[in-house]
Amino acid sequence: MPKEIAFKIKRQADPQSPSYWEEFVMPYSPGHNVVSALMYLREHPVNRAGQRVNPVAWDCNCMEEVCGACSMIVNGVPRQSCAALIDELEQPIVLEPLSKFPVVRDLVVDRTRMFTALGQVQAWVPIEGSYDIHVQAPRISPKEQSVRYLFSRCMTCGCCMEACPQYHGGSKFIGPAPLGQVYLHNAHPTGEFFREDRLHAIMQDGGITDCGNAQNCVQVCPKDIPLTTAIGELGRQTTVQWLKDVFCK
Amino acid sequence: MVGGGLGGLWAALRAAENGYPVKLFSLFPVKRSHSCCAQGGINAVFDVKGQRDSIQQHIVDTIKGGDYLADQPPIKSMCEEAPGLIRAFDRMGVTFSRTPEGTMDQRLFGGVKNRRTCFAGATTGQQLLYAVDEQVRRFEADGKITKYEDWEFLSIVRDGNGTCRGIVAMNLQTMKLEAFRADAVILATGGLGLIWGRSTMSTNSTGAAAARVYQQGARFANGEFVQFHPTAIPGHDKNRLMSEACRGEGGRIWVPRNAGDQRDPVDIPEAERFYFLEEWYPAYGNTVPRDIASRAIVRVVRHMGLGVGGKEIAYLDLSHRPRRFLEDRLGGILEMYQTFTGEDPYTGPMKIFPSMHYSMGGILVDYEKDGTAGGMKHSSPRNHATTIPGLYACGECDSGYHGANRLGANSLLSASFSGRVAGDAVSAYLKTLKSTAADVPADSFTKELARQQEINRTITSSSGPENPFALHHALGEIMQEHVFVERDNAGLDKAVAGIRDLKDRFRRITLDDSGGWTNQSLSWARQIYDMIVLAEVIAQGARLRDECRGSHFKPEFELKVPPGKFAGDPEYEAYKAKWKANNEKWLKATVATWTPDGPQFEFKPVDLSVMAPEQPRDYR
Repeated sequence: MPKEIAFKIKRQADPQSPSYWEEFVMPYSPGHNVVSALMYLREHPVNRAGQRVNPVAWDCNCMEEVCGACSMIVNGVPRQSCAALIDELEQPIVLEPLSKFPVVRDLVVDRTRMFTALGQVQAWVPIEGSYDIHVQAPRISPKEQSVRYLFSRCMTCGCCMEACPQYHGGSKFIGPAPLGQVYLHNAHPTGEFFREDRLHAIMQDGGITDCGNAQNCVQVCPKDIPLTTAIGELGRQTTVQWLKDVFCK
Repeated sequence: MVGGGLGGLWAALRAAENGYPVKLFSLFPVKRSHSCCAQGGINAVFDVKGQRDSIQQHIVDTIKGGDYLADQPPIKSMCEEAPGLIRAFDRMGVTFSRTPEGTMDQRLFGGVKNRRTCFAGATTGQQLLYAVDEQVRRFEADGKITKYEDWEFLSIVRDGNGTCRGIVAMNLQTMKLEAFRADAVILATGGLGLIWGRSTMSTNSTGAAAARVYQQGARFANGEFVQFHPTAIPGHDKNRLMSEACRGEGGRIWVPRNAGDQRDPVDIPEAERFYFLEEWYPAYGNTVPRDIASRAIVRVVRHMGLGVGGKEIAYLDLSHRPRRFLEDRLGGILEMYQTFTGEDPYTGPMKIFPSMHYSMGGILVDYEKDGTAGGMKHSSPRNHATTIPGLYACGECDSGYHGANRLGANSLLSASFSGRVAGDAVSAYLKTLKSTAADVPADSFTKELARQQEINRTITSSSGPENPFALHHALGEIMQEHVFVERDNAGLDKAVAGIRDLKDRFRRITLDDSGGWTNQSLSWARQIYDMIVLAEVIAQGARLRDECRGSHFKPEFELKVPPGKFAGDPEYEAYKAKWKANNEKWLKATVATWTPDGPQFEFKPVDLSVMAPEQPRDYR
């Protein structure tokens, strides 16, 4: 059994300051994950050199890999840090903030851009009102449900964005996750009524044609969402839509 | 709107649909809210399984499940409107699990005999949250809802008449404080699990927001009623929930019959397994309500000494069910069990123990009774109003619907329903307003802003030996030891004294973080204090209530059901008479009012107009 848990953490005091690395060690105990270890460190904010330092800032909430808050790069891989078990990681454990989003402080990043993209692609099923209209929604087969369910579990965590070579500060690409949501909503019986609006949204600059088919997104998705399948299908749908737009005006 | 979980999003959506502009404040992007952790489902009567289920039965189950402590008209309305609410979710595109003919499937949950729970795999809360989040984003895109994410609510602002006219909030990146004017404020800030240190809740579920309005004059009701979920995986950082759906889908709870049995559970033959819920409660078996299951587990483990391997552990076993079935119905959470424990729940039993899970109590809210229908009056400005004019509360932070114990899958229902009701209630309230927040002199806002800045200054400049994180551990230990499944007055006295001591120690804290940007320690320290304040309400409420009701269990005052005796037997009738006499004394809500010297308590009668308390709960 190891005696200690060692970390190397990329830190940054605020959005303007330069980043730096800092090392920490803490006593080993079994059952820790990266977040629970960070909790220990914030209570004992002393670096490897024995200096008292400001505690490391990071985001977390659910602690069971469903909320998407605690994304960071753990030993080079973007993932949910609450589900990164210490016993399964090589030490020193290297923690970095997601690099595709502006750093707020230490491991905290601002992922507003992802949520904005969900608005751009109209990732919703329009309804008349949230009151009861006394009509049952359309029936959906168990098979259709299970396909849509794969996509409806997307936590907007940003891991796919981090892994995507086309998604970065200098590009307009909306990234894989919002495309998965277009697929999800186009596959709904009444969401489908607005299919063209969503397809047009991803046919613009920064849309689906910016995907370089690197297929990294699907490798890192913590929920195993078949993003590349969705992107492939949307590629087909947008081509058909383009032909319709040109020839059926 | 403060809070962007299921309740908050529904309230914001409804107010926006009614044409009012909404500012929505949340500690984090709303999709991260704790509602996403709800797993098993949401109750509504559709009778998909042909069991002659009825709305009346849903009402009865909810009232009895809560041991009669909840006001009944709101329960009646909630159960009646549940199917329509689910239809709205379905129209929003929620990926509910389906029957072969494409209608919503339903599963069994605790405390009921019919399959009444709609579900989306084992991530129902996440699916419902995202659906409303999407609808709110539609309004956001139209400029009708404005989100303030990564902002912390610090206090309400009251005008000269005491009416709530806005809030003070802190930007969690820049740490700047700002006052916002509002014609009405709705709080939907969720649960308070972190008061127990570890619970099944998310790390932001501290109850701090509720504590803040309580300290500003809102009443807090039934704090002592806290649900301990029977099946959680004990952990370092949190106790991860294993949904009640596990039991609804056939999961069995057991321990080895012989204390200290060291065998691998799969090698223990049936005859040497003690399926205690099935033995003690043959009518409901493993799907007794949560309070009953938690007490049974504690009894077996602590009093009978039968915990697995001598530890505080019991087994939750699904390994007899087909893998394919489990993957379909519970895949999400079984995967989670495997991730965090490294053990395979498909081939062997899971290790569980009760954990703090839900607060039935909360900010006291009102309702207007519909004289003819017996439920809540639709769109009354009194619905979900707190005792402070202009301040509303909905979702887990309020005190409605669940009384002394909540039934499984009623929380997604009450969060959604109460959010929608609160949105309509606020809309009605706004119509009655003679002046708006814009008319209120700036003085009220600048004063409150200055008060909050002073609190921050005091905390950041304080220097002493205490660490705020260590204070949190100390608080958790007190609550875990004395305000858990079983309570006694000597322990509760210790808890109250310990909590007061923590309040005092808080004055001597030092913040380790000198950062001016995203200073999480400052935010945490403020929340710790507020948790201590609520803990005092909870522990003292528990101390005062000398009876057993729902989740609140003091063995010293237990009215024992005579074993093997049922209605008609003289022994049972004698028990029932005692039970009724106890109701005369204790069937009342505990209501706490903040004072500088600690909470003051009074007791408020319960509206029992739908179903009189004639039958004790009996799940045998």
